[in-house]
Amino acid sequence: MYLSTVDRPRQRLKGAVAANVLALGTVSLITDVSSEMVTAILPVYLVVGLQLSPAAYGVIDGVYTGSTVLLRLAGGYAADRIRRRKAVAAAGYGLSAAAKLGLIAAAGSTTGIGVAIAVDRAGKGLRTAPRDALITLSTPPHRLGRAFGVHRMMDSIGAFAGPLVALAVLSVAGSRSYDAVFVTSFCVAAFGLVVLLLFVRDHANRLAPRSEPVSPRIAAGLLREPAVRRLTGVACLLGLATIGDGFVYLLLQRKAGLSLGWFPLLAVGTSLAYLLLALPIGRLSDRIGRHRVLLIGFLALIIGYGVLLAPIPSTVLIVVVPLSLGLFYAATDGVLMALAGPVLPARLRTTGLALLQTGQAVAYLGSSVLFGLAWQSWGAGDAVAIAVAGTLAAGLAAAFLLRRGVPGPEVVS
Amino acid sequence: MRQLTARDRVVLAACAAAVLAATATGYILHARQKAAPATGFTESGTALAAGPAMQALSNGVLSTVSLRDPAGPRVLTSLNCDRAHAAADTVACLTPVDALRGTHLMVLNSKLLPKHDVPLTGFPNRLRVSATGRMVAWTLFIDGHSYNTAGFSTQTGILDTRTGSAVQSLEEFAAFVDGQPHRAADINLWGVTFTDDDNRFYATMSTGGRRYLVAGDFAAKTLRAIAENVECPSLSPDGRRIAFKAAVGGDPANGWRLSVLDLTTMKVTPTAESRSVDDQPLWTDGDTVAYALQRSDGINEIWTARADGTGRPGLLVSGANSPALLSAGDR
Repeated sequence: MYLSTVDRPRQRLKGAVAANVLALGTVSLITDVSSEMVTAILPVYLVVGLQLSPAAYGVIDGVYTGSTVLLRLAGGYAADRIRRRKAVAAAGYGLSAAAKLGLIAAAGSTTGIGVAIAVDRAGKGLRTAPRDALITLSTPPHRLGRAFGVHRMMDSIGAFAGPLVALAVLSVAGSRSYDAVFVTSFCVAAFGLVVLLLFVRDHANRLAPRSEPVSPRIAAGLLREPAVRRLTGVACLLGLATIGDGFVYLLLQRKAGLSLGWFPLLAVGTSLAYLLLALPIGRLSDRIGRHRVLLIGFLALIIGYGVLLAPIPSTVLIVVVPLSLGLFYAATDGVLMALAGPVLPARLRTTGLALLQTGQAVAYLGSSVLFGLAWQSWGAGDAVAIAVAGTLAAGLAAAFLLRRGVPGPEVVS
Repeated sequence: MRQLTARDRVVLAACAAAVLAATATGYILHARQKAAPATGFTESGTALAAGPAMQALSNGVLSTVSLRDPAGPRVLTSLNCDRAHAAADTVACLTPVDALRGTHLMVLNSKLLPKHDVPLTGFPNRLRVSATGRMVAWTLFIDGHSYNTAGFSTQTGILDTRTGSAVQSLEEFAAFVDGQPHRAADINLWGVTFTDDDNRFYATMSTGGRRYLVAGDFAAKTLRAIAENVECPSLSPDGRRIAFKAAVGGDPANGWRLSVLDLTTMKVTPTAESRSVDDQPLWTDGDTVAYALQRSDGINEIWTARADGTGRPGLLVSGANSPALLSAGDR
């Protein structure tokens, strides 16, 4: 067992973010470099290197992301039950690192690659909720927006750098040396795991030591809380409003007549906007109320989709679309977690955050499939118009759910 | 076990970083050594048996096979292609797409010295050099990878190596169906074969769900549909017959029958090859066509069949595709 004197929450400098949040941010930064360098080349590897059709890639990606969504809930519940969020997060980071070696071991077999991608997504599903729970447990409620802002900024610095690192590796190792990218990605991920194990502190001791152990019945009780129900609804609405960056880039590419080489750059542009906006938006959310900032996110998405319909020069589109997607992430991703943190009891926090993330992910899966179908049946223009209308409706519904804010000490009134 | 101090943690992290960085760097440098040099295309020292030879791709590597001894040693070059063809003094190669570079049309002389290098967008599919070695035509997939799925899209272009002028897309040409001008957004063109005058050619044009054989004129920039259900034509040496793949029952979803069209009588003769052939055939002489087939285990093979529909198909070269004839004087 930990001695309470050893593991006491570290002293916080005035105005500074908790050391644990910085440590978690560093782990996320390193891990995102690792995973984004693979994400950047995986489509090219599958479609060009292995001659898989783009549709088959879409199916692999969607099915595995979808099938591991429920693992988030299981992981969140397990972390609360054994009260070891760091251990569950470490298992998630470890799985994703191992998956990079799996990509090499698969040696081009589609099944093997499918398994490796599934393991990678499973790891991501497992680690996200315990990590966010640790952030909320390391931060006083009124500073949560900023803490998540710092974390998501560091996270997106990694996402920004990943594709660039992949390109650097390919330019040194030879442009078809995909395995060199996988090996480098594994080494980077392994280092992220080392940093997690050495520098991130668990917060088991902050919970009342004799409280009743978490049971499925108690976890299910979360859904009886009106505030939790409303936030889960908001998370689902966020998921429904999102059609997937890939579709947006594809639409942008068609409309602006860009060559396919622009694809990774559009993602890099979105990451850049996200990393620049994450901290200021997080701080703003601490000041004006997180629920208001969340609604700005819906607005950003409406603008991002809407400009695809407007007669706007392509140079403007290339700036506006990644910028609005980045703003959407900055205003919703960490902010939703910061909004939910104080509402959820500490001992069920991981389960609760996992519930929100699962709701958002399942809704997103559904909306991206529906968007794909709408595109196929009615053409790109009508599909985007439907997406704009849908996002507007989702934003209004979210505004209704959040009309009185969310109980908790975070809202400055 | 004692609690780690802050210093211990930093030292441990630094050690881990050093080991992992060394591993990654070592692997990258190893991969760099393994990757073939991108310039200076060389041949291995193997000597071929005298007599006629065939150029083909062995696992994507441009190579030469003796037709007297197709199972014998091959001359391998250091040039990687997805598709290759050759005639007279011209060798053409569509290089593979990779993570950093799209495909390129490389035109080389028979000594493999580069003459033209045209960057292209899409996935290599068909490639033809005219008999004189002057004209080069290519087909790339822009959307999709296969002719038997709906919604694929191709782009076909022609390079005149003498003038250096290129038509990036034959869709710019004026198309005629049943003698009437035909304008449609859904036109796709693929599989060019040239006549001896280096101006007229044949190709496949699809529009409105039908696939036509078109006769093209490079100078006049026209395409005229002359027959239906003819794909990937290949003109015989005498210029009177066309070997092609015919969609079974008129539907590419059923696969293709390798067939021969007589341009005088417009009569179609199926060859004895009953397996589905998805390739642009090659006339190895006035009576025989060669074509590539992929076995279920992924190995490519070059087979031949008689153009008059008699006889049985025979295996010519194993472990190869994209065949082209080299005249006896070359290489």
